[in-house]
Amino acid sequence: MFRKLTLSAAIAFGLSSGAVMAAGGEAHVEDFAFSFEGPFGSYDQMQLQRGLQVYTEVCSACHGLEHVRFGTLADEGGPHYDLDDVWDYSANFEVWDPELADGDGDYRAATPADKFPSSSLNTAPDLSLMAKARAGFHGPYGLGINQIIKGMGGPEYIASLLTGYEDAPSCAPEDFDGYYNTVFTAGGYPNECIDEDGNHMYPGSWISMAPPLWGEDVEYADGHSNDLHHEAADVAAFLMWTAEPKMNARKNAGLTGFIFLTVLSVLLYMTNKRLWAPHKKKAKEAAKK
Amino acid sequence: MHPVSNTEEHQGTRRDFIYYATAGAGAVVTGAAVWPLVNQMNPSADVKAQASKRVDVSTVAPGTQLTVLWQGKPVFIRARTEAEIAEARAVELSALPDQLADNANLPADADASDENRALTEDGVWLVQMGVCTHLGCVPLGEAGDFGGWYCPCHGSHYDTAGRIRKGPAPRNLDIPVAAFIDDTTIQLG
Amino acid sequence: MSGIPHDHYEPKTGAEKWLNSRLPVIGLLYDTLMIPTPKNLNWMWIWGIVLAFTLGLQIITGIVLVMHYTPHVDLAFASIEHIMRDVNGGHMIRYFHMNGASLFFIAVYAHIFRGLYYGSYKAPREVTWIIGMLMYLIMMGTAFMGYVLPWGQMSFHGTAVITGLFGAIPFIGESIQTWLLGASAVGQPALNRFFSLHYLLPFVLAGLTMVHIWAFHSTGNNNPTGVEVRRGSKEEAEKDTLPFWPYFVIKDLFALAVILAAFVAVVGFMPNYLGHPDNYIPANPLATPAHIVPEWYFLPFYAILRAFTADVWAVQFVQFITFGIVDAKFFGVLAMFGAIAVMALAPWLDTSKVRSGRYRPMFKVWFALLCVDFMVLMWVGAQSTEFPFDWISLIASTYWFAYFLVILPLLGVIEKPLAQPATIEEDFNAHYGTPAE
Repeated sequence: MFRKLTLSAAIAFGLSSGAVMAAGGEAHVEDFAFSFEGPFGSYDQMQLQRGLQVYTEVCSACHGLEHVRFGTLADEGGPHYDLDDVWDYSANFEVWDPELADGDGDYRAATPADKFPSSSLNTAPDLSLMAKARAGFHGPYGLGINQIIKGMGGPEYIASLLTGYEDAPSCAPEDFDGYYNTVFTAGGYPNECIDEDGNHMYPGSWISMAPPLWGEDVEYADGHSNDLHHEAADVAAFLMWTAEPKMNARKNAGLTGFIFLTVLSVLLYMTNKRLWAPHKKKAKEAAKK
Repeated sequence: MHPVSNTEEHQGTRRDFIYYATAGAGAVVTGAAVWPLVNQMNPSADVKAQASKRVDVSTVAPGTQLTVLWQGKPVFIRARTEAEIAEARAVELSALPDQLADNANLPADADASDENRALTEDGVWLVQMGVCTHLGCVPLGEAGDFGGWYCPCHGSHYDTAGRIRKGPAPRNLDIPVAAFIDDTTIQLG
Repeated sequence: MSGIPHDHYEPKTGAEKWLNSRLPVIGLLYDTLMIPTPKNLNWMWIWGIVLAFTLGLQIITGIVLVMHYTPHVDLAFASIEHIMRDVNGGHMIRYFHMNGASLFFIAVYAHIFRGLYYGSYKAPREVTWIIGMLMYLIMMGTAFMGYVLPWGQMSFHGTAVITGLFGAIPFIGESIQTWLLGASAVGQPALNRFFSLHYLLPFVLAGLTMVHIWAFHSTGNNNPTGVEVRRGSKEEAEKDTLPFWPYFVIKDLFALAVILAAFVAVVGFMPNYLGHPDNYIPANPLATPAHIVPEWYFLPFYAILRAFTADVWAVQFVQFITFGIVDAKFFGVLAMFGAIAVMALAPWLDTSKVRSGRYRPMFKVWFALLCVDFMVLMWVGAQSTEFPFDWISLIASTYWFAYFLVILPLLGVIEKPLAQPATIEEDFNAHYGTPAE
């Protein structure tokens, strides 16, 4: 169902203990097959709804979605909930309304016109744009071939990170800060796990976020499998939608524009050909003389 | 200077067709490109999302008024007393300068009877825009010659059903789309 | 306007005469549109139209974006997200504007290298070339300031790095940098003024575009042979040329439509491919992204900037003879601007009597190398500065200067050019007279 990137297979199945990788510092990101990949791919409404459930029940404890308006949960092409359900859902969140209490402001239940709250923890980044901000998980170096050929990007990174927690390698001190994650590369790294050439002996680094998903954290209403792998993919898909809610509209517009301009190109080609024909003919005759 | 030489004239019809088709396709593409530039100035999705607002009226006791901001304009939500209702219902239609209800929930030709102005059949709830129909000032409550609202800008007097009775305002206070969605919540819009 | 003899506009009706005697605007448009154009122009002569169109596209989408954008450090990032999520069609308009910058630079590089190959910079077209170089500089400034506006991580730290270049100028650098930013660091004053200038400069570009066109309409277009249009009489000129409308307008529009089809596909299917993901993280002065890399169109010159480090002997030599005033950092800045300056001086550095590279066998090889060199610089500009990238960028940068300062002047002396056609008509006839070319 999914392919693995190079180097990754052994690590992904937790068989890597003690194995020194040639490029040990390199993270392995799994190529999840998302429905929204490719020029014609679109969001899977049920997957977005499941992802919202994971976000609500797990992520939202610390992470905000400050750019996402509740009302957009009812948008076509997104989770596409009934607007009345969105009223009920948003009422679970509190927002600050400066108009209340005669201008002193007060908290009130959120409405579809409000945005999700921002992160409640300073150290927890906002997730609205995470899928786009992490699209270049291999860094800006290189030509982004994975992005083009395999359609890999932020959602693959997020899902891989959520499934990338493993037991810390034995070289690391017991009390080293954070949790060992094979995908996250921007965290702390114990000196004990760096070899004499300065290379990391194990991929990834230590992330301060405790493993948020263990599998079977939520009960899906649609009865979909809730193992760790599926939960991670669902919430990653949802976060792709929060980062790029207009993706379906954009692809449609792109396709329409492409077809229109191709037709126009063909017509202009024929017009141009006809326009120049007499002069090219004259040139041909002149050259024969 | 003429683009076509005479030897090509016999192909004229087909040539003209391609020219017209190209010009037509060019016009369509240009038009399709212009429309988004116009449409982007229409209200954006977040503005449209403000179109409906739910107001908790459980704290509004008879004889008091709640003023809420809705789409940038004040809305008066008043729980009227028995006396106010009786006073409003006693008024003859013929005594009104504006005999239309101006109620967005009713047909445009509904008359300005108190029953057509109030939100509920018992006449208790009156929901109306707090915008004077004269020049857009915000009228004061429980003021004026008719015990309803009084606009301090140019002296328009409204009665307890928000109908214009005296002064320069041409129409009764507008009533927005509103409905009770449960016992204590009114949805505007 | 043009030195090539051709028909001019004659007002016929009374109304036309009335207007023409007061403001000869129809005559001006007529002369511009019907200008005799060498009929042998090839497909590398389409980029001017693409550039004019892209400037229009950027101005129009830009004006629209400004209706929704807020130039404030706390609100800029959110206002871009507002455009992306809430404004009707806003996400498409913004993506068009964002990728429009890339289209702009693809076209301008093709346009410049066309000029370099066919000798379009040579007499009597030096003024056209210089104005073009000026426009290129303004374009880069505009693109840089536009990239600041979303106020993401790359916007913020990129601004810090680029304005830091000015800080390298000896003695007054720091004052200049502070003056540019309106503060000692990037912040609200910088954002506000860059916004203002980003709005202004495209209109300056539009004005310079007209001067650019005016200049080459006065000298006449260059063409792939580099042979001038015959100007002895109108009849003679008409053998070498065709009017711009409709022949070249339709040809250019066809090319434009093909390019736009590809452009729309990029915008529709991979709009963020050429951008940096880090710019979707709001600006944070406390944390720098792991890799600061400029947009792709700056990479060749960024590579030159980084190429000259303190351990290059030329840098050490210059530092020595200037008593340390020109250190490695300043040398790099000088090299970067110098790389554009030597290009602007090409009309006076090229000593060849032959204009078009088509008839210059040795030039062709060195020019091909220059094109490869440009691509190498672009690639190496995105790499780290470790071995072997430091050597690659140093060699590639050196070739860039060698091409303009050594090879161009020398080639004119040692090269034996091929025979050129006598007229444009001859070239045109020969091209279409040999089928299956």
